[in-house]
Amino acid sequence: MADELVLLDFWPSPFGMRVRIALAEKGIKHEYREEDLRNKSALLLQMNPVHKKIPVLIHNGKPVCESLIQVQYIDEVWHDQAPLLPSDPYQRAIARFWADFVDKKIYELGRKIWTTKGEEQETGKKEFIECLKLLEGELGDKPYFGGENLGYVDVVLVPFYSWFLAYEKCGNFSIEAECPKLIAWAQRCLQKESVSKSLPDQEKVYGFVLQLKKIFGIE
Amino acid sequence: MAEIHVIISSCDRNVGIATALRRKPVLVNFTSKLEQTMADEDEVKLFGMWASPYSRRVELALKLKGIPYEYVEEDLSSKSCLLLKYNPVHQKIPVLVHNGKPIAESLVILEYIDETWTNNPILPQDPYDRAMARFWAKFIDEKLLMTTRKASVASGKEKEQAIEEITEQLKLLESELQGKEYFSGPSIGYLDIVASVLVFWFGNLQEALGVDMFTKEKFPIIFGWIGKVAEIDAVEVCRIPKEKHLEYIRTRLEAFKSASK
Repeated sequence: MADELVLLDFWPSPFGMRVRIALAEKGIKHEYREEDLRNKSALLLQMNPVHKKIPVLIHNGKPVCESLIQVQYIDEVWHDQAPLLPSDPYQRAIARFWADFVDKKIYELGRKIWTTKGEEQETGKKEFIECLKLLEGELGDKPYFGGENLGYVDVVLVPFYSWFLAYEKCGNFSIEAECPKLIAWAQRCLQKESVSKSLPDQEKVYGFVLQLKKIFGIE
Repeated sequence: MAEIHVIISSCDRNVGIATALRRKPVLVNFTSKLEQTMADEDEVKLFGMWASPYSRRVELALKLKGIPYEYVEEDLSSKSCLLLKYNPVHQKIPVLVHNGKPIAESLVILEYIDETWTNNPILPQDPYDRAMARFWAKFIDEKLLMTTRKASVASGKEKEQAIEEITEQLKLLESELQGKEYFSGPSIGYLDIVASVLVFWFGNLQEALGVDMFTKEKFPIIFGWIGKVAEIDAVEVCRIPKEKHLEYIRTRLEAFKSASK
């Protein structure tokens, strides 16, 4: 039976990008559907009634929601190709811990940077860099968080790289100056087609952020 | 020929039939201390806090799997060096330390426990069912418990709104439980362990806040589930002493109110 896979997504969403990368890494055929978040489709509302958010992965008619859960689902169903989580339980726990850390910190702090100014923004920038430095520490000398190959934490974190220019311009700072290792890691990830085809151009994301700032009246 | 009983020492990993006499194999009874030694060598420590539902849920998982562990009570106003060493990133409990290796974040710990001690599995086998269990666990932690926290410290209209949100969230959990014995199906599992916060902790908090929305009348299915779950021996580990808990919540709320003035 052929697998039917549909991804409801929105091009600048780092959460959607995670799923795109996981599917691409494993060479999984799927249909990509762009959602207009100001006019959500009936399918989206039906498939994710609890949160009404993208991404939603629909596998043979059954929805899976929340990006970390989707990536783990993909890894478990298509376990033979390009495994993302390690096989050792302790290494898996470490990977899940850092994925949870990225989810708890990076999105919110990044959002703080482009939606606020003054002291609040400065605090956001400082904490953001602190978090990136912790991640650099976890990366160590490895080429990827997953070791020799792209792994779960790489897939979870690298989408935010497409937002870095927007954060830098809005926050008036350089992420590379503070975290060169992490930038080198991100660029290494972008060498992979699964990543480069899944991440939008940083300038395009910045343009989108400027539009959002206009719409929400954020200076 | 007399049977010869041979005790094989714990160093001897080989099980076999010893031939004591040339012509006839001899039945050998032996006691291998190997398994016992390995169990003794598995050191499991849990750094927790008596009032934390996150800490209690890890204890429940350990109890359900029959895993012996050492419990270390943390004073959150004066965290131990060991806790800060084992969880430098968040500096929070619970932290499970297995043979010296620390794991933090309760949902991560639950999955680690399930993958390491494979008896009495708590997560379902099927990937889709696992995704659903993880989805609702995340919902409980990121929606229900977050909103509960908001309701605890809010007042007036903000508090009313938060309580309304909690009611809607509980309704979703109520319908998720419909037609099932437990959240995990015919027997208790991961999602019940995560939802165990509803069994004792949630009711205590409601009483401390002087709120009366979490009732059997409003949520008959959840209360039916609570009744069933509370009867399971292992779940006793989640019981938080009521008076002590009420006192604790009230003290913390006072401290929060004075800090925000």
